[in-house]
Amino acid sequence: MEFKGYRIPAMASLVIWAVLWEIVGRLGLTILIPPLSTTLEKLAEIAANESFWDAMAITMRTFLWGSAIAIVVGVPLGILMGRSVILDRMLLPWVNTFISAPLSAIVPVIMAVFGFGETTIILTVVLFAIWIIILDARAGAHAISPSLVEMARVYGASPRQAFAKIYVWSALPEILTGIRLGLLRAVKGVIIGQLLVSVVGFGRLFEIYSSNFLMEHMWALLIVLFALAFLIDLAFGAIERRVDHFASSRS
Amino acid sequence: MTVTAIHAPTPAAAPVPAAPIVEVRNISKIYPGGVEALNNISLSFPEGELTSLLGPSGCGKTTLLKIIAGLLQPTAGEVLVRGRRVTAPGPERSFVFQDFALMPWATVIRNAAFGLELRGVARSEREAVAEKYIASVGLKGFERKYPHELSGGMRQRVGLARALAVNADIVMMDEPFSAVDEQTRRQFQEDLLRLVATERKTFLFVTHSIEEAVYVSNRIVLLSRRPSRVSEIIDVDLPRESDPEQIRRHPTYLDAVEGIWQTLKHYLD
Repeated sequence: MEFKGYRIPAMASLVIWAVLWEIVGRLGLTILIPPLSTTLEKLAEIAANESFWDAMAITMRTFLWGSAIAIVVGVPLGILMGRSVILDRMLLPWVNTFISAPLSAIVPVIMAVFGFGETTIILTVVLFAIWIIILDARAGAHAISPSLVEMARVYGASPRQAFAKIYVWSALPEILTGIRLGLLRAVKGVIIGQLLVSVVGFGRLFEIYSSNFLMEHMWALLIVLFALAFLIDLAFGAIERRVDHFASSRS
Repeated sequence: MTVTAIHAPTPAAAPVPAAPIVEVRNISKIYPGGVEALNNISLSFPEGELTSLLGPSGCGKTTLLKIIAGLLQPTAGEVLVRGRRVTAPGPERSFVFQDFALMPWATVIRNAAFGLELRGVARSEREAVAEKYIASVGLKGFERKYPHELSGGMRQRVGLARALAVNADIVMMDEPFSAVDEQTRRQFQEDLLRLVATERKTFLFVTHSIEEAVYVSNRIVLLSRRPSRVSEIIDVDLPRESDPEQIRRHPTYLDAVEGIWQTLKHYLD
């Protein structure tokens, strides 16, 4: 982007918002918005804390498990739905329902069944992430070229071979898009799950901070979580671009 | 060096000189929705020859080829390969696709060796076979390239190498050169003739180009407009060992092209 002949770096707007935040914080308009500088100081303070790293570990662990389950189940299911009309008719209404449903409302149900532990958080992550992964894998399966399917049949591919050697690869661009969107939803899932369970991880920290009006702590945590989501998106976007070359040559 | 036209009244099968490797008996195909593509077609394909299926576009020649390949099921009738009824693809038949059907994520050599990979042939072994056929279709040195780095003609050569690498007795080609530009296509036709001579396989070839059919085929099966019947079977006897330029100026070549055009003209309106 250029402004009056000067090149403006991509992240320039962030600086403006940061300055704005600092000013609003310093004006002391509300207790809800502390200055950015003190928030960052608090962030350093929290980061030295063991309970922060505990929460971080729980978050990463449940996030990774939940995402892995969502991918391992969602991708094959989506491809099968894309290839089988019967399965598609059976499952698509449910997928469409869950993708737009207020999922937070279901978390208490999971909690009632699986208790207040990490299992509930993992399942919440799965619940948030899996539907978009299924839908995108399904779209990818629809994009598989019919002649590649015929090619697999002519050269004697078993259903398993066709799936592993043709379908997954053919649908890979859509699958990766689905996984990226799924992971972003998984971030929501892992936070909302912890907030609702509220006795482990960041959920517990948020509970402590908010009930004691520790706004600087709250914001510091939020910055961490937002940065996490941003980094995951960035990493996956890079992976996606790497497979673009065959997505465009696929016909 | 004569063009002998045998008028084959359907449904009776035409008499053939060599032993038939593929027989098609009373094949009809009606697509869901009521489109009748093929009507009671009976044909024999002699072993070791290149037979073309030629007809007006949309006449069902690709449908017939895909039925023989086992990719489509006929509504009625049966396909016999060496006397045995087939209803699905088999290792004795390979296929070259109109749109190449290459895996864009795989290298030339993996694409060419894919039939062998599916059969569980060890990597070093299948790559040795694929390398040989990649060289024989004129792509030596391109083994590690990806399809998107190749021209259309070169991609189809990969498709041909893949079909030859599985060592099937019958190689079926569905308008293999239609997505290729004219110069490449002529070059390709000449290479195909050389491969037919050296590989001693049976080739089934679908095309809508009269010149192409006459140039490459031993026999041409003319199909009528949909619902297709066998309109005529033409044996083409050209001195194939001679120079391509001479073949294309040969009286037999020119007469055959003209004769087929006169027949096909009836199906145009």
